[in-house]
Amino acid sequence: MAEETLLTDEFLRQLMTVGEVDIVVGLPTHNNSRTIAPVVRAIQAGILKCFPRERVVIINADGGSQDGTPEIVTGASIDDVWSASKVYALRTLHSISTRYARTPEPGTALRTILAAADLLRARACVLISPESTTIEPEWIQRLLRPVYNDSFDLVAPLYCREKFEGLLMRNLLYPMTRAIYGYRIHEPYASEFAVSGRLATDFLSQELWNDEWGRIGAEIFLTTTAITGQYRVCQVFLGPKAPATHRSASDIVAAMRRTVGALFFTLDKNFSDWNTITGSQPVPTSGDPCDVTSEMVRVNRKRLRDMFATGVAQLEPVFRSILLPSTLSELQKMASFEVREFKYSADLWARTTFEFAAAYHKSVINRDHIIQALVPLYRGRSLAFLLENRDGSNDDIEKNVESVCSEFERLKPHLLEIWVNGK
Amino acid sequence: MREIIESELIQAWQELVRGFAHYLPRLIVMLIVAFIGWLFAYLLKLLVRSTLRVTKFSRLSESAGATQLLNQAALPSSTELVSRFVFWVAWIGFILLGVSVLGIVALQEYIARFFLFLPRLFVATLLLFFGALAAGFLSRAALLAAVNANLRSSRLLSISIRIIVSIFALSMAFEVLGIAEQTMLIFFGTLFGAIMLGLAIAFGIGGKDLAREYLERRFGTAKKDEKEDELSPL
Repeated sequence: MAEETLLTDEFLRQLMTVGEVDIVVGLPTHNNSRTIAPVVRAIQAGILKCFPRERVVIINADGGSQDGTPEIVTGASIDDVWSASKVYALRTLHSISTRYARTPEPGTALRTILAAADLLRARACVLISPESTTIEPEWIQRLLRPVYNDSFDLVAPLYCREKFEGLLMRNLLYPMTRAIYGYRIHEPYASEFAVSGRLATDFLSQELWNDEWGRIGAEIFLTTTAITGQYRVCQVFLGPKAPATHRSASDIVAAMRRTVGALFFTLDKNFSDWNTITGSQPVPTSGDPCDVTSEMVRVNRKRLRDMFATGVAQLEPVFRSILLPSTLSELQKMASFEVREFKYSADLWARTTFEFAAAYHKSVINRDHIIQALVPLYRGRSLAFLLENRDGSNDDIEKNVESVCSEFERLKPHLLEIWVNGK
Repeated sequence: MREIIESELIQAWQELVRGFAHYLPRLIVMLIVAFIGWLFAYLLKLLVRSTLRVTKFSRLSESAGATQLLNQAALPSSTELVSRFVFWVAWIGFILLGVSVLGIVALQEYIARFFLFLPRLFVATLLLFFGALAAGFLSRAALLAAVNANLRSSRLLSISIRIIVSIFALSMAFEVLGIAEQTMLIFFGTLFGAIMLGLAIAFGIGGKDLAREYLERRFGTAKKDEKEDELSPL
């Protein structure tokens, strides 16, 4: 492993000062001064409350913040937490920070934190998003306990979300990961999770760090590494997920690249692991589930439909090289429907996604273009999901997601056929 | 008088026969060279065709948009077209080599010119191919970016980029071939100017919404609901 080139001398000196630890808490940041302070306080409180005897270090991997985020992390005093919780740590709680690059690269941040955990021989490493404004101190315990006490290797989170948040996760990442790899991990791309020291060491030795996907979509690889390496995986209910602070079209394209792009890329690498898997198995889950919040989200449905229809019409030459003629013709038919009669069935959505994955595997056109071409279709599926669940309860939404997953599992032979024989 | 005519005729016939006898071996050599050339060119064509199939050249051509153009023009596939091109260049080269054996002075210069022209033809072909590749890639990238940003006139933007890059590649190819450089310069200069003018007018008339959208986004005056209608994907 190239830790000597990844970790700076200054950071190595700080790690040597800390010495061996039991737990590493990783905080990948980039200009998060608005949200980071309460997150650090919650982490400190969680450590004091649940792991007062353990040797713990908070490691901040910063991607070139200009707003003083690293200073906030390292300067956060534990005195306030002590006085508030009336619990005292029996060990020094270290907080150190390193700048791994001038621009943020989530994969490099994760690698830096895991490499530090590996060097410090940590038994468990937990990653927390700096934007998790809804974090509670108990999250630390919920994520770490299964690794620390029950020998699990990967603890994935389960959140309660606003009704129409996390649509890519619910409609593509979860159903596809589940159908392909056979594990029902609801959040294959998580912003909060915990890993064991041995999974961290194995993951660091994977040949992905020189690829673009290693830099931008390593979280998906971590999940698939845990599954294909037959590590012990579980899920815990955390609580409400913080809503996105800003939403724009460019965010969706970037999100598709680092999640769907990375997932498609793993399929190539792990074909021998997934091609014989049928169906899926549940993953041990703990914690108390909470209901989705039904807060109204303002969505211009007509605009979503128009973006889908425009995409289908304008990108027809691109779709012709990716999709089967029958799938394309169904999409074109759908594009003529108005909002009130709009429907993008789970069956068609699963076929669309699988044909995109096969096209990505065959590199029928530039791979990044394939991912970008999926964006308008994802918007169409989002609209359909919105319409299907407009008045739905938590159970209805769960049933809907379950039906999408079943379609993905049912159509897996279709993926295998076009994967091997082409379209 | 009659004897003189007869002797001249005999002499002319004898010279003709001598000349023919002189050229006959060369003619046979030329035919042999042409035949070997055909054989060589045919084998080369098979080799090129199978190499292109193994390297999946058709996929490259498809992604560059060349296949689509060929289909529209009812031409054979790109693999077939390239192998035929190689066949004809190789065979014509051999035929000209054979013709040079005949020793016809007037043809020698043209033959030499043809062989000097070959490398330039190769470079020009490469330029056109990579030009088509770049035009296809860039126009598709622009189309995807424009569609995902919900810009109107995405197809117009994409086609414009394809045309501009293609014209640029074509003008470079003509320059390498040295064909009517001045005329080509004026022609492409005028064409490029006309396209730019056309685009400016088209943008002004048809793309006013696009310009308004851009300015609204740039200066933050877009309607609030349009900012809020993207759902968080993760």
